[in-house]
Amino acid sequence: MNIIIPIKQVPETSNVKMDKETGTMIRDGVESVINPLDLYAIEIGIQLKEKHGGKVTVISMGPPSAQKAIKEAIAMGCDDGILISDKKFAGSDTWATSYTLSQAVKKINDYDLILAGERATDGDTGQVGPGIAAWLDIPLATYVSKVGEIDKSSITVERLVEEGYQILKMPLPSLLTVVKEVSDPRLPTLRGKKKARATEIPVFSLENMDLKIESLGLKGSPTKVVKIDFPKVTRGGKLVKAVGDDGVKDAVNELIKFMEEKELI
Amino acid sequence: MSYVWTIAEQSKGKIKSVSFELLSRGRKLADKMDTKLSSILLGSNVTDDSLQELIYRGADNVFFVDDPRLENFIVETHSNVLSDLIREYKPHSILAAATSSGRSLMPYVAIQVNTGLTADCTELDIEDGTNHLLQTRPAIGGNIMATIKTPDHSPQMATVRPKSSRPLPIDTTRIGKIIRLTLKDELVDNRVQMIGFRKDDEEFVNIEEAEVVVAGGKGMKKQENFAILRELANRFDGVVGASRDAVDRGWMSYPHQIGLSGKTISPKLYICAGISGSIQHLAGIKTSEHIIAINTDPDSSIFQLADFGIVGNLFEVIPALNKRLEDYKREGK
Ligand SMILES: Cc1cc2nc3c(=O)[nH]c(=O)nc-3n(C[C@H](O)[C@H](O)[C@H](O)COP(=O)(O)OP(=O)(O)OC[C@H]3O[C@@H](n4cnc5c(N)ncnc54)[C@H](O)[C@@H]3O)c2cc1C
Ligand SMILES: Nc1ncnc2c1ncn2[C@@H]1O[C@H](COP(=O)(O)O)[C@@H](O)[C@H]1O
Repeated sequence: MNIIIPIKQVPETSNVKMDKETGTMIRDGVESVINPLDLYAIEIGIQLKEKHGGKVTVISMGPPSAQKAIKEAIAMGCDDGILISDKKFAGSDTWATSYTLSQAVKKINDYDLILAGERATDGDTGQVGPGIAAWLDIPLATYVSKVGEIDKSSITVERLVEEGYQILKMPLPSLLTVVKEVSDPRLPTLRGKKKARATEIPVFSLENMDLKIESLGLKGSPTKVVKIDFPKVTRGGKLVKAVGDDGVKDAVNELIKFMEEKELI
Repeated sequence: MSYVWTIAEQSKGKIKSVSFELLSRGRKLADKMDTKLSSILLGSNVTDDSLQELIYRGADNVFFVDDPRLENFIVETHSNVLSDLIREYKPHSILAAATSSGRSLMPYVAIQVNTGLTADCTELDIEDGTNHLLQTRPAIGGNIMATIKTPDHSPQMATVRPKSSRPLPIDTTRIGKIIRLTLKDELVDNRVQMIGFRKDDEEFVNIEEAEVVVAGGKGMKKQENFAILRELANRFDGVVGASRDAVDRGWMSYPHQIGLSGKTISPKLYICAGISGSIQHLAGIKTSEHIIAINTDPDSSIFQLADFGIVGNLFEVIPALNKRLEDYKREGK
């Protein structure tokens, strides 16, 4: 079972604080990490390999510094990685990103399963995984919460939908995007880190890939960002204290008044 | 002038309310361009009355592809059908819901018909002069708002979060056409089989489509304490959600988790107790219309996002609120 996992490097936001004055995120000195939601894909990928053999290859499209994310994934237990990087790829939207990544998958050629994160925490679209499946014309299951039985030609998965869990039998190769429930990511090991350091990360670029130049990067992207606003996140709402029996009573009464005003009751 | 389309959704023959929410968005866009609005439905066993409701709620046309093979959502077949319709009718723009099916169908279709797609739009408008669809969406956990357009490709496509717009009231004087289409056999893709459906959690909730969500975090202390939140939620016909900490402790199951690695919600009212308001949690609730928070710590970040905050002990405040709402209901004030 050969598995490909597309991962994205994103700004680390777990420790980011809000600027109380401006109500915006303080992003100074923010480190880059593997998209946290991709860790679930990496973990289930490694588990499947451990059980069924084969290997796990992570691929990441981004600047040369995205190598760090690939090495981290190898330190967790992935076998190898490929960096997909070229100045011409910069500014890709989800259409162009999924096109470029699908061409990388075609170049790798030998795979049974692709596992992607549900969405990336920066772009936050969840469109790249489905897009890769569409470009490759392979079946897709999104929001996969459980991977069940696997044989030579098929895999059974559960996907979390509004009414419950849909159980699907998919052929191989297929692409799954996974949610947190699918696995509990392990930490990198010392041995893994050593291996990661020693592993060469090949680079796929315009030069050695089969790509249509008009479909790449900012120019090749159908969607164009025309405006960016930084909204105030804080709402400046009312704050009341509820101390002692009377305090609680008063606070609740004020809340009732608020709900009446807003026609919530 | 080509039409505006919205994608309706059905489950077991019943049209989901998100279909009507999309129509109110679509109606505005179609009116601005002086064109028509079509609602597209793929499914089976939907009654004429249900289809008629799509017209009463804003559609000029309803395209209904009626076939038992479309009853369950399978992205390969559904995208083939939608792409086929797009190639034939060439709509100006398409809006779909950011649901588990809309978020699978639309990115797949975007590649098939070679156009752009913008996810989770909070605002949609038509640019004067060009008729470009202006699509505004939050990114980076809601910390920026980006306005996006798709100038050189057609159709222009966007998804919209459930509950982020209100359906139009039923207007029985509205007149429209219902067009039934048959499913072309060659569009059916049998590679994926749905072999079952599971709903073992008795309390399985669809928090993304709830009007009112009442959530608890680590401050709830233990699973049993969620009973007071459930009571509060029931008073609003709402559902119970949880922070990741509460889910990781096993107090609530994962489908209830709200935030970055859970669900993003846009309810009319979000009430939370014992949740600190981490950046990952806030990312999931930013587009809620009204936020009420209860926390003992006056400095907790949740209060930055709250429209109404109570600094206090949730074990005193929630029961008092429940009691007060009970009296309110009885006395009407
Ligand atoms: C990659 C990643 C993804 C994540 N995804 C999510 C996500 O999807 N959703 C999510 O929620 N978190 C997520 N988190 C976790 C997040 O960082 C926080 O750890 C989590 O939200 C904290 O949950 P909490 O607010 O319930 O707990 P805490 O932060 O411990 O807050 C508990 C609060 O309860 C208050 N409290 C205690 N007792 C009482 C009382 N008696 N009455 C009133 N208030 C009381 C305290 O003052 C405190 O503010 C994610 C983290 C990472 C790194
Ligand atoms: N630049 C990228 N390189 C590799 N994988 C990516 C990239 N962008 C997105 N992905 C994958 O697609 C998923 C969804 O990302 P997004 O559509 O940007 O929210 C991520 O969780 C990754 O698995």
